[in-house]
Amino acid sequence: MTHYTPLQDYAGIITPAPLHFMQQHSSEFPEIDPQQHRLTIHGMVDRPLSFSMADLKQLPSVSRIHFLECHGNSSPAIHGSEDPILGLPVQFVHGMTSCSEWSGVLLSVLLNEAGVHKGASWLVSEGGDAGKFTHTLPLAKAMEDVIVAYGQNGEPLRVEQGYPIRLVVPGWEAPSSVKYLRHIKVVDQPYMAWNESMNHSVSRPDLGGKARWYHFQFGPKSVITRPSAGLNMPGRGYVQITGLAWSGAGTVTKVEVSTDGGRSWKEAKRHAPVLPRAHTRFTFDWAWDGQEAVIQSRCTDDAGEVQPSLAELTKNWGMDLADWKKTPLPRAIHFNAIQPWKIARDGSISDVFFA
Amino acid sequence: MSSSLRFLLPAIVAAIPLAALAQSPPRVYPNVGTPLSQADIQSFDRMIGPEGKELPPGRGTVKEGAEVFAKRCQVCHGKNGENGLMRSLVIGSPGKPYPGPFYGEERNGPSYYPYATIAWDYINRAMPPSDPGSLTPNEVYGLVAFLFYGNGIIKEGDVMDEKTLPKVEMPNRNGFVPAVPVYPPQKKPSWF
Repeated sequence: MTHYTPLQDYAGIITPAPLHFMQQHSSEFPEIDPQQHRLTIHGMVDRPLSFSMADLKQLPSVSRIHFLECHGNSSPAIHGSEDPILGLPVQFVHGMTSCSEWSGVLLSVLLNEAGVHKGASWLVSEGGDAGKFTHTLPLAKAMEDVIVAYGQNGEPLRVEQGYPIRLVVPGWEAPSSVKYLRHIKVVDQPYMAWNESMNHSVSRPDLGGKARWYHFQFGPKSVITRPSAGLNMPGRGYVQITGLAWSGAGTVTKVEVSTDGGRSWKEAKRHAPVLPRAHTRFTFDWAWDGQEAVIQSRCTDDAGEVQPSLAELTKNWGMDLADWKKTPLPRAIHFNAIQPWKIARDGSISDVFFA
Repeated sequence: MSSSLRFLLPAIVAAIPLAALAQSPPRVYPNVGTPLSQADIQSFDRMIGPEGKELPPGRGTVKEGAEVFAKRCQVCHGKNGENGLMRSLVIGSPGKPYPGPFYGEERNGPSYYPYATIAWDYINRAMPPSDPGSLTPNEVYGLVAFLFYGNGIIKEGDVMDEKTLPKVEMPNRNGFVPAVPVYPPQKKPSWF
């Protein structure tokens, strides 16, 4: 089951909870009684502990705005499954990212209560869904900013988002943010859960066919959400270009927009709040002259990294642009290349990612 | 050291409560949460690491695994794990492990796994999807033996148990970059 966020249809940075993307690994939603639900912390700790929902809500809380993104979002394979004329709307290419205000208790607070052993370096989390989804996390990240969340945008988590609790691992591939969180085991090595070591690794030609795994945080990324594929230009004259930018490293420090196919770039306006590991809303005032145009955006983050073009990313991966024309398309995840949209004279907009 | 202190020292050491000898800082919110006993933990801890330390006692043969597979798995994965509705689990053949590469559907079975324990852990926790957790340890050991044999990873007479399974050398163990996951990552940029 997959739900895509309609990025083209809302303003600001908060994704309404029912529109948050979802990639459900089990065929059914688990029915969890919050009165009975417990989060356990065990393994390499001095004091193995169990927390009820009441316990978690009794502890100091935080509310922080962060994006989540599926590791497979924007994958070339999605661009490849295109309507031959327009391509898929932005929702179905880039809509496996969303941004919410998450409320809960910091995982570091719970780990401190349990008392982590000195030799511990990783932890492994397990969900209460039928398949008992499991994922590993470095202890250093767990102590930095990870939230055990029970609230989303002011309401309890929805069942598709992990009711009654989930991890929120800011800036990282969303499979780390285990839903229906039930057990956390503190260990001294990555635990090689099926999903992370097998299902979410990807073989790459530049690595001699070996697979990249444990990608962790996303690079700088952005996409113009209006105008975008699936929409039509309202007509000549003023049009506001708007979109979202984000980075797993931290804060978006610059967004640039090009309306001439990448020949020239101008800085877009970033709208407050501009927060670390959160979507940032940007706008750019433009007047469309009714001629063919290619528009795209480019994100820079406070780690100094710049969102790559498809050509740059392809070169970095040791591939050739022609490789993206192969059938089947090479499998690729953790994808953050610049997205160009082409506006035709009739006002229709298409995906020219591979053009 | 004064003679009185020397006399008192053993008593002082003995009086240090056990908690103070622990490696970690004390609790900040000791009124919140419930201690877990080892029995509690054993009742739910099913996470198996790559060294297989947590594997439960049990054993299974290729033949036993074939019988379980026909009953519980074949409906989705096809006869002997091939040509089913869901992931094809066999690539390579008895005596001939698949050497790679793994760009597409080749990834779907245990030939791709870097550690033998992944097969045990995942079958045990998530399979079959209609009733996960319903397989006994012996059945899971048997299924792993059957699938590893079909993929050319072990011999027909090999028995899988809590000692032998973690020692199985997976043919694709060196197929991953970095060889051992490290944090923070050593290679830049982040979109590498």
